[in-house]
Amino acid sequence: MNAYLTAFQAIAGRELRQFIAQRGRFLSALVRPLVWLVIFAAGFRAALGVSIIPPYQTYITYEVYILPGLCAMVLLFNGMQSSLSLVYDREMGSMRLLLTAPLPRPWLLFSKLSAGVFVGALQVYAFLGVAALFGVSLSPEGYLLAIPAIILAGFMLGAFGLLISSVIRLIENFATVMNFVIFPMFFLSSALYPLWRMRESSVLLHDICALNPFTYVVELIRFSAYGSFAQLPLAVVLGCAVAFFTLSCLSYSPARTGPGMKSN
Amino acid sequence: MSALSVQNLSHVYGPKRALNDISFELEKGQFCALLGPNGAGKSTLFSLLARLIATQNGRVSVAGHDLKQAPLKALACMGIVFQQPTLDLEASVWRNMTYFAALHGLRGREAANRINGALDRLNMRNRSSEKVRALNGGHRRRMEIARALIHNPQVILLDEPTVGLDAQSRTAITQHVHDLAAEGITVLWATHLVDEIVPGDRVIILHHGEILRDCNVAEITQDCSLQEAFLRLTAAPEAAA
Repeated sequence: MNAYLTAFQAIAGRELRQFIAQRGRFLSALVRPLVWLVIFAAGFRAALGVSIIPPYQTYITYEVYILPGLCAMVLLFNGMQSSLSLVYDREMGSMRLLLTAPLPRPWLLFSKLSAGVFVGALQVYAFLGVAALFGVSLSPEGYLLAIPAIILAGFMLGAFGLLISSVIRLIENFATVMNFVIFPMFFLSSALYPLWRMRESSVLLHDICALNPFTYVVELIRFSAYGSFAQLPLAVVLGCAVAFFTLSCLSYSPARTGPGMKSN
Repeated sequence: MSALSVQNLSHVYGPKRALNDISFELEKGQFCALLGPNGAGKSTLFSLLARLIATQNGRVSVAGHDLKQAPLKALACMGIVFQQPTLDLEASVWRNMTYFAALHGLRGREAANRINGALDRLNMRNRSSEKVRALNGGHRRRMEIARALIHNPQVILLDEPTVGLDAQSRTAITQHVHDLAAEGITVLWATHLVDEIVPGDRVIILHHGEILRDCNVAEITQDCSLQEAFLRLTAAPEAAA
C-alpha cells in the first residue's frame, strides 16, 4: 500500500474513532431531525398541504415531504461538526502534525473530508432507520438510490465546513457561524417548505431560496430517493463541492495559513 | 552539503517585521541552540522551517531539498517537536505513534519496528500501552521526541520543548537530545533558557528577528557566563552588532 493510502487510512480511522468516542454527537445527530419530524411536522401537517409536485406522484404527508430536507440537515450539521473539530485541532496543535506530513495538503484534507462524509452518511441512514420506525419511510430501492446523492451532498457540505474552518480563527466564533450561516442556510431552502409555497408568501424569499445551494442539496436527495434524475441540483451540488474544496485547499496552503499557524 | 541551510530568510506580518535576513547552516550531527527572548522570532522561524507558513523571502533547504521546490522531500527529512503539544490525549502512546508513522507512509511491521526503536531511544517503550492523558509532562515530551524520530529524520527541530517541565525532566530531555546529535542527527533547539545549552554546542542568538551572534558557546563565555553574555547582547543589540 503506498504512502497516500496509508495516510488516508490513518486519518479516516482517527476520525471514525473520535466519532465512536463521542456518543453525544451521534445522539444529537439523531435527535435533532427527529424533533423536527415527530414534533414540528405533526403540528404543521394540519396547517400545510403539499400538492403533487415532482418527484412525488401522489399527495404526500408533510412528514414525507421534509424527510429529504432532514437528511440534508444531518449532513449540514455533520459538516459543521467536522469544521468545529478542525478549528479545535488547530487550537490544540494537532493540526500541525497533519500539515507537516510529507504529503500534499489537498490529499490530507480530502482524507479528512472523506471520513467526515462516511460518518455523515452513517448518521443519515441511522436517522432514516428511526424515521421508518415512526412510519415515515422511503421505498426499499429509494434507500439505495439515495446513496450517491447523500455522498455527494456530504462532500459539498463537508467541503463547506472545511472552508469555514479555514476562515474561523477562534472556536468561540462558531456561534456566529451557526446564527448567520447555518440556520439561514437551512431555513431559506426547500427543506421545510416547497419553493412554490415560499413564492406565495414572498417572491424575494423564494428567490433567495432558489439561490441557496442547500436547496439543491435537498432536491438532489429528494429526487434520487424517488428514482428521478435531477440535472440542475446535481450540477449545482457537484459544482459547489468542487468550488468549496478548491477554495479550502487554497486557504490551507502555507501561503495563506498566516500567523494563526505559527508553531507556538 | 549541509543538513539544514537557511539563506537570507525574512518574514513580515503586515507592518511587523518578524525575521530580517537570517542566514545559517547546520552540519550533520550538530546541536545548535537557537537562543532568544520571547518575541525574538524563534517560533516564526520554526513555522517557516516546518512549512506551516510560506517563505516570503529567502531560501530553506533540508538535506539538500529546497523547501519551496521539493517541500515533501524536505519535510520527509525533518522531525519536528512543536512548542505546543500535538498529542491525542485520549489515545494510547502506541496509537499516537502509529498515526504519525502512517502520515509518513509507514505501516505494519516496518512501522512497529521503527516505533519500538524510537521509544527505546527515549526509554519510553514500557509506556506504549498507556493513555497519553495518564503521562506526566516530561514523558509526554519524550514521547513527542520519540515520535519525531520514527521516520529516521536527518534534522530534528525542537521549539522550546521543555516549557512547563520541572528541572529533572528538562535535564533528562536536554541530555536525550544531545545524545541524538552525537548519533548523527542534526538538532535545532529553540530556547530562552541558557542552562539547556552545554559547552561545545553551537549557539545562535536571535533578537528582534535578527541574528546577533552565531558561534560556539565557548566563544562568548570566555569572560562571563552564557546567561550574562545573553542578557548583555539582548539588552543592547545595536552595540553588539
